[in-house]
Amino acid sequence: MKQEPQIKFHSRLPVKTMAVMIAVVSLITASLAFRATGDPTKGTGNNADKKDSVASAKAFLKVYKVLMSPRCMNCHPAGDAPLQGDDSHIHTMDVVRGPDGKGMYAAKCSNCHQPANVPGQHTPPGNPKWQLPPSDMKMVFQGKTARQLALQIMNYNMNGHKNKEQLIEHARDTLVKSAWNMGEGRVPPPMSYSAFVNVWDEWIKKGGYAPK
Amino acid sequence: MQLNIYSTIIYYKFQLMTTLNVNQKVYQVDVDPNMPLLWVIRDIIGLTGTKYGCGVAQCGACVVHLNGEAVRSCVTKVSRAEGQKIVTIEGLSANNDHPAQLAWQEIDVPQCGYCHSGQLMSAAVLLRDNPNPTDQDIDIAMSGNICRCGTYLRIRKAIHLAAEIQKNKTAVIS
Repeated sequence: MKQEPQIKFHSRLPVKTMAVMIAVVSLITASLAFRATGDPTKGTGNNADKKDSVASAKAFLKVYKVLMSPRCMNCHPAGDAPLQGDDSHIHTMDVVRGPDGKGMYAAKCSNCHQPANVPGQHTPPGNPKWQLPPSDMKMVFQGKTARQLALQIMNYNMNGHKNKEQLIEHARDTLVKSAWNMGEGRVPPPMSYSAFVNVWDEWIKKGGYAPK
Repeated sequence: MQLNIYSTIIYYKFQLMTTLNVNQKVYQVDVDPNMPLLWVIRDIIGLTGTKYGCGVAQCGACVVHLNGEAVRSCVTKVSRAEGQKIVTIEGLSANNDHPAQLAWQEIDVPQCGYCHSGQLMSAAVLLRDNPNPTDQDIDIAMSGNICRCGTYLRIRKAIHLAAEIQKNKTAVIS
């Protein structure tokens, strides 16, 4: 009998406490949601997106192997002529980059490179966007160390003016993807496309750190 | 009833035809969309000035203009050219008087002549984009056009002359 008022006493307090707690939790949830939509590149608090310099740099070393493969590097040359083949020799026909990266005069990229691969060994590979980076931002891969290349890609003024979100999207670009649709007689990049996208995302989401 | 069936067949057949604009003339051709443009130009339309060389975009004998660009018609599918403006060597000028053609005649550039429709089509794009090309500009534009007879020096000389002819023509017109 003595316990009855105590029960009533306890049953009143939690109602107020719970109301306050619900309000606080709602505020925190709303705040987190706002942060997530306000800056998508900051992630959602997921552990996978947390900055981690060691894991990020380690992921880039895998990315680097792909970027330095002929399928990527041949269109990111140190000079103004594209490279060709698995040995990355200078493109025949003395073709040049041109101001927009699409060749010059009668030697434009799309004059030979069609929207799709031409059948046959070593015939021109194709993509509707086939081109080199433009001459005002050459985005050179050839000859770069892993650290130099990582710093270049993360530099907005050297990467084609891409923020982190756009960099992540860039791995999904059809021209990037076409490296794995290289045409007959060419070796593919050293890992699958899906594996590349995973390590690319991991590198950027964990901070885009450059290896030492 | 039979007439209706035939009309329907003809209607659908017409729908499947490919429309090409070659040298300002419209052609309806019944071809596979994957057929190389070169085959259509030569074998279906009958304009044989454009030549087959390598078939893999390496030599330049098959160059035609597609919307003003010097494309290799041996690797260009006809579907890419549908509804676009195509110009072949036969349509480069009305009276064979394009500055490049006049210069080619003046210098007597060709030896066997097989590659020269492609050479002229490439030179025409160069002269349009750069009316005063240097030797280096000529090399950039023309290195993809191979000449088995080795007429390269005469080609270079003719392009310089064509630039002069073009300049004088422009001066007379203005």
